[in-house]
Amino acid sequence: MSGTFVGMPAFPKAAHEAVHNTTLRGNLRHATHTIRGKRAKAVTEVSDWAELREAGKRIKDHTLRHLDRYLVQLEESVTAAGGTVHWAADADEANRIVTYLVKATGESEVVKVKSMATQEIGLNEALEAEGIHAYETDLAELIVQLGKDRPSHILVPAIHRNRGEIRDIFAREMSEWGRPAPEGLTDTPAELAEAARLHLREKFLRAKVGVSGANFMVAETGTLVVVESEGNGRMCLTLPETLISVVGIEKIVPTWQDLEVFLQTLPRSSTAERMNPYTSTWTGTTDEDGPSTFHLVLIDNGRTDTLADEVGRQALRCIRCSACLNVCPVYERAGGHAYGSVYPGPIGAILSPQLRGTASEIDASLPYASSLCGACYEVCPVAIDIPEVLVHLRERVAQGGPATEKGNKVVLKPAKGHAAERAAMRAARWALSHPGALRTGQRLASRTRRLHPRTLPGPGKAWSASRDLPAVPAEPFRDWWQRTNGGRTNGGKQEGTK
Amino acid sequence: MRVALFLTCVNDTLYPDTGRAVVKLLTRLGVDVDFPMGQTCCGQAHYNTGYRHEAEPLARKFSDVFREYEAIVTPSGSCGAMVRELYPRMGERARAEGRGDTLARTLAPVVPKTYELTEFLVDVLGVTDVGAYYPHKVTYHPTCHGLRGLGLGERPRRLLQAVKGLELVELPGAEECCGFGGTFAMKNSDVSAAMGADKVRNAESTGAEVLCAADNSCLMHIGGTMARLRTGMRPVHIAEILASTEEEPLG
Ligand code: SF4
Repeated sequence: MSGTFVGMPAFPKAAHEAVHNTTLRGNLRHATHTIRGKRAKAVTEVSDWAELREAGKRIKDHTLRHLDRYLVQLEESVTAAGGTVHWAADADEANRIVTYLVKATGESEVVKVKSMATQEIGLNEALEAEGIHAYETDLAELIVQLGKDRPSHILVPAIHRNRGEIRDIFAREMSEWGRPAPEGLTDTPAELAEAARLHLREKFLRAKVGVSGANFMVAETGTLVVVESEGNGRMCLTLPETLISVVGIEKIVPTWQDLEVFLQTLPRSSTAERMNPYTSTWTGTTDEDGPSTFHLVLIDNGRTDTLADEVGRQALRCIRCSACLNVCPVYERAGGHAYGSVYPGPIGAILSPQLRGTASEIDASLPYASSLCGACYEVCPVAIDIPEVLVHLRERVAQGGPATEKGNKVVLKPAKGHAAERAAMRAARWALSHPGALRTGQRLASRTRRLHPRTLPGPGKAWSASRDLPAVPAEPFRDWWQRTNGGRTNGGKQEGTK
Repeated sequence: MRVALFLTCVNDTLYPDTGRAVVKLLTRLGVDVDFPMGQTCCGQAHYNTGYRHEAEPLARKFSDVFREYEAIVTPSGSCGAMVRELYPRMGERARAEGRGDTLARTLAPVVPKTYELTEFLVDVLGVTDVGAYYPHKVTYHPTCHGLRGLGLGERPRRLLQAVKGLELVELPGAEECCGFGGTFAMKNSDVSAAMGADKVRNAESTGAEVLCAADNSCLMHIGGTMARLRTGMRPVHIAEILASTEEEPLG
């Protein structure tokens, strides 16, 4: 399996395999249900959760509305603190900048702390193409990288793997990349963690360049923030001589005080912890402490286009806590890979088709990868109404309409394959606008009911492959109502239609 | 009180028993029920599949048909949520598209007057014991749009608990979606079926004879899965349980 997501099939096809893979479903079910229960408990401990959620939403909305101003302020503060800011409009530009910066150091290795932004732009592959090896240092990312796999969860990228699988990957692959796994490695968590620690420590101590993402960027001081649980992030941020942080422009907050809200809601929503174990902040450079060179690469890559959409822009509030994944019944069965993006689950289903557009098969199918049950909205700590955005994007896919692409207003054509559905919807709307037509249809169905199969041909086949259809009753309700005057007279015909 | 029954197009066509049960129940509670013949569909399937513009005429029609009534009662959490949650949103979107206030103004009168059945019973009529009799072991599935869209909360359970002879057993994973989701069941049928099968297995584990919910669309999906998995359980709409009495028990 490759590290990128190009040319993914549509969601239903990609999900098919996962749904029928019982090991995978077992792993996912166990992991998501455990964390979901813990999260619920961690949230009830906070008496003002609803207020925190509302505050988080407001801070993000305010920042997004004035993003231009805060970005300029951020650039000024970072520069004043001794850092250098680079702007990247898309993935290629960001990769070119980072590659150039690494090459300028003369190094051919970098250590990385988990960064969705660098995964989004495919940085590791771009570096590799230039002969630079990027080593992931989060335990789960390490598992994914060594397993030549792709991440399938925002917070627990190797959620689809169990301990036995991880042991095998370590034993097989570690020696290829550096220090081999200890002899006789078992699948106990302590031994697996120790193997990873020894393997990674060598890398930390050797590396001259670190690459990070950031959870937040504080405009007023130019400070970046990473929250993590393993301590590898702090190593990557302090040991190398050069630090390159690659961050999406939406990660900004205006002031330190704003962090107060998110440093409460993020850990509780993601790992169900009251506070995350490591919160590291870095501001430019400081003499004789930490990296002596600091670069911030700010990436757009579809974000300002998303910002231009008044319904869809709320997706940019996301703080990547992954709570929506853990409650999503579709994610639980389909697995993260089916979403064909580093952003899986409900947030991926609305973010990817906005960042990348709806032209590809996978992106056009993502807005339908939901039963609209609303569980994601309920848990989201910044109150992103994911179902609302899903329906909005369905409209874009099925009907076309206005959108923004690379800063230009465009009118999209409907995606391929929706013509029959569109015709059916129009016909249904016509019939339903004419009660007489509805009634004729109902009567016809009732009269021919003995002929109705319990399975369907055509597009309905998928439905009836696993569910029986209901029997059509002898008489629709409206006929009964009319015949019996709303049950006040018994119109003579036999009661009971079941 | 003169109340309009909005039965929904699915119930009208496929589940007339639910409609008759609502009429029987409300009449028993002293409500004067009308069924405006001009009604068809709230437009939910169109809206949720991405055909908002096709849903608009249906919403306007809904408003024309129902606006004069004191209250509009529907035995469907999802159609109730369509009117209450999504009609205002349709109005806003039309406004944002530069089409003015017309749609919002047309739809506004029906929005606050539309109630899901259990909500109407508990909040408007103020009853929890509706004098029903149903001697069976029942488990209750709170459907997503009723639960999270309308916030029905404990209302349906309180109504069921007051039914004579009924033994209510808690459904494990009750708040998880059954996997119906309208066109989702066809567009992502593998995932939908897996969700349905898990729901049915949870229901089976309760030992209940009946799974009850306040939305026939979800019950159609769950019931179809039950039949296919040969569980011996049956799906029943809550209105039919609440309409059942000792004199006229549900057949
Ligand atoms: S959408 Fe909300 S719940 Fe999902 S990852 Fe983002 S912040 Fe968390």
